[in-house]
Amino acid sequence: MAAAPKPEAGLQWLLNAITLPRHARLGIGPTIALAVLVLIILSAVFAPLIAPHDPLLMDATQRLKGPSSLHPLGTDSYGRDILSRVITGGRISLVIGVSVAVASIGIGLAIGLVAGFFRRADAIVMRIMDGLMAIPSIMIAIALVALNGPSLWSVMAAIAIPEVPRVVRLVRSVVLSAREEPYVEAAIALGSSMPKILFQHLMPNTLAPLIVQGTYVCASAILTEAILSFLGAGVASEIPTWGNIIAQGRSYFQIKPTLILWPGLMLSLCVLSVNLLGDAARDRLDPRLRKRGE
Amino acid sequence: MTVQFKNRSFTDAEVVLDVRDLTVGFAGHPDAATVLGGVSLRIRAGETACVVGESGSGKSVTSLSIMGLLPKGSLEATGGGIGFEGRNLLDLGPSAIRALRAHKISMIFQEPMTALNPLMRVGEQIEEVLEAHTALPARDRRTRVLDMLAQVHLPDIERIYLSYPHQLSGGQRQRIMIAMALILEPRLLIADEPTTALDVTTQKQILGLIDELQQRHGTAVLFITHDMGVVADIADTVHVMKHGRIVENGAIETVLRQPRDAYTKQLLRAVPSLTPRTPRDTQEGEAILTVQGLQKVYGEAGIFSRSRPHVAAQEVDFTVHPGRTVGIVGESGSGKSTVARCIVRLIDPSSGKIRIAGTDIATLPPRALKPYRKHVQIVFQDPFRSLNPRWTIARSLIEGPVNLGIDRNTALARATELLAMVGMPEDTLERFPHQFSGGQRQRIAIARALAMEPSLLVADEAVSGLDVSVQAQVLALLSDLQAKLGIAILFITHDLRVAAQVCDEVMVMQKGRIVEHDTAANVLLRPQHDYTRALIGAAPGRGWDFANFRELAQASP
Repeated sequence: MAAAPKPEAGLQWLLNAITLPRHARLGIGPTIALAVLVLIILSAVFAPLIAPHDPLLMDATQRLKGPSSLHPLGTDSYGRDILSRVITGGRISLVIGVSVAVASIGIGLAIGLVAGFFRRADAIVMRIMDGLMAIPSIMIAIALVALNGPSLWSVMAAIAIPEVPRVVRLVRSVVLSAREEPYVEAAIALGSSMPKILFQHLMPNTLAPLIVQGTYVCASAILTEAILSFLGAGVASEIPTWGNIIAQGRSYFQIKPTLILWPGLMLSLCVLSVNLLGDAARDRLDPRLRKRGE
Repeated sequence: MTVQFKNRSFTDAEVVLDVRDLTVGFAGHPDAATVLGGVSLRIRAGETACVVGESGSGKSVTSLSIMGLLPKGSLEATGGGIGFEGRNLLDLGPSAIRALRAHKISMIFQEPMTALNPLMRVGEQIEEVLEAHTALPARDRRTRVLDMLAQVHLPDIERIYLSYPHQLSGGQRQRIMIAMALILEPRLLIADEPTTALDVTTQKQILGLIDELQQRHGTAVLFITHDMGVVADIADTVHVMKHGRIVENGAIETVLRQPRDAYTKQLLRAVPSLTPRTPRDTQEGEAILTVQGLQKVYGEAGIFSRSRPHVAAQEVDFTVHPGRTVGIVGESGSGKSTVARCIVRLIDPSSGKIRIAGTDIATLPPRALKPYRKHVQIVFQDPFRSLNPRWTIARSLIEGPVNLGIDRNTALARATELLAMVGMPEDTLERFPHQFSGGQRQRIAIARALAMEPSLLVADEAVSGLDVSVQAQVLALLSDLQAKLGIAILFITHDLRVAAQVCDEVMVMQKGRIVEHDTAANVLLRPQHDYTRALIGAAPGRGWDFANFRELAQASP
């Protein structure tokens, strides 16, 4: 593709997405997903600068207004600016998505390595994981909120705990098959210590599937957070999150559907983008596809 | 012993398959190198044509082209023709090819397990072929299937008819495949390495079966193999392939006696002889390895397991002296790899003693075992999996020495020497395993084992995955290193030819026991045990001295 004439620089990367050889290009879907996600992340990070109003500022004179130059997406039942709230609401969602993904993968990786490598630990650890998996995150969340009151930490813990067993299973299965590889047996014969085999030979095999799994966990955490907020078991209702905004718009959505349309749309776009990127990562990192290239 | 080649004449027989100047290239890349560069071969009714060549020579692509099974979008026929019953197969549409595949041309593959549907009784699978392609009523179909099962010499055909693939042995599954392939009485049977995954004794039976059915039905057989011994036993004509071309063809005896092409000669010379090598001098000194009463039982009663215990190895006793090569031969499941893995302590023996450097290591816990690791090293069969794909060669080579506490720079310097010793260039160090061929990787794996300066090297089928010419090089390398370093080698193989060429002593294992243990010459030329005789009798092409293009001077009794 080097010989292709150079179009405008701005279009170049989009063009690359279509014209690069199959194995190198991102594909049109994931490219759009990446662009959308970058926009959402940037707007959330710079929310205080971008948002036209204070998302918490109530104005009784501006209740349930339609779109105007002052409030491009209108206002809610307390006269708060919907655009500002939706932009700010992304912050909590993204923080929860990313931190739940990192936490559940970190914990799951550690437990999974142990379960996959030490046969004695395996049976016990996996039964505990099965038990954990049986508890819905909504129930854990309600229990934690009842104990500690609504907080970011309770919500993150509630979402992360049920995800951990899934990660453990994934890591365990990768370790179980990798430990039978002759190069691992050769390492045993070469007198390599257990931590060396575990961390240098076995763990790198888990990274590709974990990256993929991480994106799915992230997307599902964002969604679960919204559900918990909507049910009132999430972060305190005065903090704008997409779930909270939808929950508060619920009573008025029949007369003003945009109250839940905009946060709902952002939520869907965000989850869809993360999932699309996860699919692209899987296609790229899938060991079966990669083997064909070798 | 005389060698019985097939020297049937087919000049009057009808031509079944006529491939003319067939070229195959990468689809969409007309400029790229061709995969097949003008292959021509002709098979007549009742004839067995063998296509022989090393991996990547294009033999499988040839058979797939004939079946119309080239992977769509990656390979395509770009020229020439495949004549079959007066038609050019390349001109036929997909449905016409499909009809032909069922009725006139059929194929059997290397791995029968993956070619059969695991969820369906094998009898029904064969019957399905009849259901799809004939108008036979149900009762006649069943009779026909049972008749075919009898023809492929399966025992207790009523029971086999109702069996699922996993309930049958590898040989039985291949018989089912053959029954399925031949039930519509095709004109042409393509057999792509059909016996490569089978043990020699089973291989002999399957080859005999194909031959018998061919004579009964007058089928033309295109037999693809890498094994010159098999070729000598079954071929009427042989086509030698290299880099997508047929470099030599002719009647089997002519090609084996008077090969014209340099590559054919090289291929034949690389076939190890069944005549045992002259044994190395017995060296003075204490035994490096003494194994006494070694036993390994799998599935011993535990809390969670209720399965019957399986004895993988028992009453295994032997010693290995410095500078000697001791072979363990046997078929799959004989326990030879179990013994090897116990000695390297990749698995824990159930009982018995393994004495290395004066210490019994059979029951040592991992920590205490560590200093003894250096004495015994292992080289595995699969060169594509025995090196960590994410590590540079340098990192793999110094892994062992660094574990022993040698500093990195010393270890790296030593790694460079070792690479030179195994015949690899110096820039190997910074590269990754996927940049090397199978033979090269096996050299690297040997270098990695030698980095520990072991006194015993366990080679577990270390050359079985390699092409014959590469195999010959790696065997020569092992022999060299042994002479240079005085290490002992425990050589595990299923291939009697390889064992004959490298081993001073040979142990024959069957069902977990050593049934015969003697010098290589005695075991191979004067076998005592029935099983050893059966193994030697089943070795393909055993009366022929491939490397010298003549009968074996000193044939086995």
